[in-house]
Amino acid sequence: MIGRMLVRLGRAVLPALMLCGATTATLQAAEPVKIGSFLAVTGGASFLGDPEKKTLEMYVDAINADGGINGQPVELILYDSGTSAKQALTFVKRLIEQDEVDVIVGGTTSGETMAVIREVEKAGVPFISLAGAGVIIDPVKKWVFKTPHTDRLAVQKIFDDMKARGLTQVALLSGSGGFDKSCRKNAQELAPEMGMTIVADESHGKGDTDMTPQLTKIKNTDGVQAFLYCGFGAPTSIVAKNVSQIGLTVPHYQTQGSASMKFIQGADGAAEGARLPVAALLVVDQLPDDHPQKQVATAYRDAYEKKYGESVSAFGGHAYDGLYIVAQAMERAGGTDKETVRTEIENTKNFIGADGVFNMSATDHLGLDTRSFVMVEVKDGNWKLLQ
Amino acid sequence: MGFWQPRRAGILALAAVIAVLPAVLPNAFYYDVVILVGINAIVCVGLNLLIGYGGQISLGHAGFFGLGAYFSAVLTGTYDWPPLAALATGAVSVGVLSFIVARPILKLKGHYLAMGTLGMGIIISIALNQEVDITGGPDGMPVPAFAIAGWEPSSEQTWYWIVAALLMISVWLALNLIDSPVGRALRSVHGSEVAASVAGVDVTRYKILIFVVSAVMASFAGSLYAHYTGFITPDEASFFHSIEFVTMVVLGGMASTFGSLVGAAILTILPQLLTVLHDFEMLAFGAILMGTMIFMRKGLVPSLVDLAKRARP
Amino acid sequence: MAGKPLFLQWLLISVLAEFLQFLFSGVTIGATYALVGLGFAIIYNASHVINFAQGEFVMISGMSTVSLLAVGMPLPVALLLAVGITVVVGVALEKFAVEPARNASVVTLIIITIGASIFLRGAAEVIWGRDFHSVPAFSGSEPIIIGGAALLPQSLWVIGATVVVIIALRWFFGRTRTGKAMLATSYNPLVARLMGINTRFILSLSFGLAAMLGALAGILIAPISLTYPSVGVMLGLKGFCAAILGGLGNPMGAILGGLIVGVSEAMTAGYISSAYKDAVAFVIILVVLVMIPNGLFGVKGTERV
Repeated sequence: MIGRMLVRLGRAVLPALMLCGATTATLQAAEPVKIGSFLAVTGGASFLGDPEKKTLEMYVDAINADGGINGQPVELILYDSGTSAKQALTFVKRLIEQDEVDVIVGGTTSGETMAVIREVEKAGVPFISLAGAGVIIDPVKKWVFKTPHTDRLAVQKIFDDMKARGLTQVALLSGSGGFDKSCRKNAQELAPEMGMTIVADESHGKGDTDMTPQLTKIKNTDGVQAFLYCGFGAPTSIVAKNVSQIGLTVPHYQTQGSASMKFIQGADGAAEGARLPVAALLVVDQLPDDHPQKQVATAYRDAYEKKYGESVSAFGGHAYDGLYIVAQAMERAGGTDKETVRTEIENTKNFIGADGVFNMSATDHLGLDTRSFVMVEVKDGNWKLLQ
Repeated sequence: MGFWQPRRAGILALAAVIAVLPAVLPNAFYYDVVILVGINAIVCVGLNLLIGYGGQISLGHAGFFGLGAYFSAVLTGTYDWPPLAALATGAVSVGVLSFIVARPILKLKGHYLAMGTLGMGIIISIALNQEVDITGGPDGMPVPAFAIAGWEPSSEQTWYWIVAALLMISVWLALNLIDSPVGRALRSVHGSEVAASVAGVDVTRYKILIFVVSAVMASFAGSLYAHYTGFITPDEASFFHSIEFVTMVVLGGMASTFGSLVGAAILTILPQLLTVLHDFEMLAFGAILMGTMIFMRKGLVPSLVDLAKRARP
Repeated sequence: MAGKPLFLQWLLISVLAEFLQFLFSGVTIGATYALVGLGFAIIYNASHVINFAQGEFVMISGMSTVSLLAVGMPLPVALLLAVGITVVVGVALEKFAVEPARNASVVTLIIITIGASIFLRGAAEVIWGRDFHSVPAFSGSEPIIIGGAALLPQSLWVIGATVVVIIALRWFFGRTRTGKAMLATSYNPLVARLMGINTRFILSLSFGLAAMLGALAGILIAPISLTYPSVGVMLGLKGFCAAILGGLGNPMGAILGGLIVGVSEAMTAGYISSAYKDAVAFVIILVVLVMIPNGLFGVKGTERV
């Protein structure tokens, strides 16, 4: 008997408990604007999700200190998806149904974002994704936007740079994560279009600590003119180290996944000479004074580094842009009506953010041009802008 | 006598909970969590047969769950099969696969068995990650909506009743299996394999049977999950997901079908409760897991039952 | 005419260099798996517990080293202290999580150690954040070229330390009273207790020893692999593979198991397919287990009836 009662009791009490846990909203004078977010703060993509979280928290405070949006305070409801698409979906339902957020800014990885699109579209909540894959906004979905450059554009930039140096035969190494695989796929697709050849295609596993076998294979492949690594996190540094250890001397390229000072520090000098596409934010000091992003990017970098004592990465920049695009759209909309806010996000014109200058439209839910994405080379332990 | 015998009463209690729950669930998010509890519970009820009654550990059941999910996703999505046919094909294929691997793997004992099933699960998960052309790789793939003859369950409420009905059937099947001669044979296997085989029980045959049954249930739940969420990633088949299933069974209480339900409920709901802790979420989760197992080592339901028994004269 | 032998010679040298490179890589990482696997074996011997938090010992020592270096300690001191901190964590784990549940079932104990590993990772994220950090190599990072293949000085440290550990453990288990007491406890805890061996102490000691080995692996590999809160997850799993492959409870088996897993991974990545590299390691283990259910050097267990 008691066992059954307990089961019944558990079933009945737990939802009630959840209700208590969930009502963390602090009572404020005016009805707050609710911005929902789900980020990969832990798990495989925490390297991206962590700065995104820090950025959102910092700027929501800043917006509130400035009197909020339309005079309403902003409440940030943020969940950690643990880099799991499954968790992401449940949290998005929670944001929409339970927390009744006005807008969602989040979705660190493409997998998490793709998993929630159906739900977001069904519920009709404006959603700005912080993930890279082009498929998020192509084809255009009514309620879905994104701020980071697409992975495809990054690979395009890299291939352009290789071609300018007369390199057409590329050896590829990629990790096994979503970002890595997406980059590899783009490289395979773009190569024939751009007159490049992939002559070697290697990969490494999750948590691998040594990539010298794969790199040795690449080194011994005939005709390799350039090397491209697709991945993020600690492996970016390990690859750079391994490349120099085994004496792979062809020009070395990585992606925006390596766009963090940690990459350079972790490689312990071995990253010198590596080239990668990064958001202009990272080389803001080297930008000409008339560069449209100079002011915004400098302010963001200084604020972030001052508050958190760590160097800024491009990932936090995505969150910055997502938050302010929403804030400005709401101001233009004069409220939080979802349909109007969505239309106003779509009407974003000349928004200068950390990722670049955004001009969205009904057919372009990213709206970034390529100017803000620049090629840099690692030189003397820092980024050097390539002209 | 009174407590364990009338299993029918347990089923009725479960039915009552299922019937009452919609009255207290305020919105679709709560439905979502409860539906996930139900899907996990189906896996756990099956896995509990293997772990709790068969005494065999499996650290690879998420592999079967993932295979079921991908069978449904690929067959309905890429090849336009009817969902029901895809689900059945997945279940049968997983059944055949588990039957093939069962004999050599179940020959292993204890930690070797753990390693064997773990290795099998990881190989499935690596294949799902690597075969990008079929599975979409680590970013996952969308799954078409479930439909039978033009009828589509779209709302959480409809899914709730579907999952609830299937859970009831699973529990009923499991309870019957436990009470059948097979179940008695299994319990004797759990007690002592050598003694059981000396007494003439075909130990291997029963172990294989139970392994296949639990694998098919996992595959079935995987298919269900795929259609319900509409998007799956290879994470469904990951080692950590396998661990999660085992933890649900053990936390709720091994060899207790209702314990599995409680375990599935707690571990599905807990992450939602812990979000208030922000950075301390993971730390707290680990601590709760450790604490429960240390102080209620038989699992929640059996420990509480013992406690209640002791309290009563 | 003269070109052909030269070409063959060149071919031979480059093939050899390639092979050596894979071997160096495999042996280095294999030695790390071996150290982690040894920890599994030692704890298993003393308590029949599989400690799934073994990989976290690797992480704790690496992260501690980073912190200690950051406050300005010299490298050797930081390394020693890091190992010390990890040993304390290991013994605490035994005292507060394993000891109270000593008579619980195998699966229960597995879940407890999994809970511990989640807890430790969670704690590491709170204490150290989620970024990855580098640790300087002990004696430079200028590779040594042998037969055309590059060998890192750090790899020599890893391999050398593993050899020292093997010798020290052989001495410990074969020559010292405590070591023999540990062995006796693993064969039969009850009889050991009757003989006056303090089995509780042995249990703590085994966790301390395992933590020390994990910590050693952690500080040795950190300059190569970098270090971050989840660095121990895969290393722990591979270490478990090593221990199982070698036959659970056989320390020397775990070492050989680690080397087999490491080298076969590197060779697969190099010669066959890097995409299925991890899978191949598990396939080997499955094949070995199916053919030899107690691992390569496992003792054929007598089962309690």
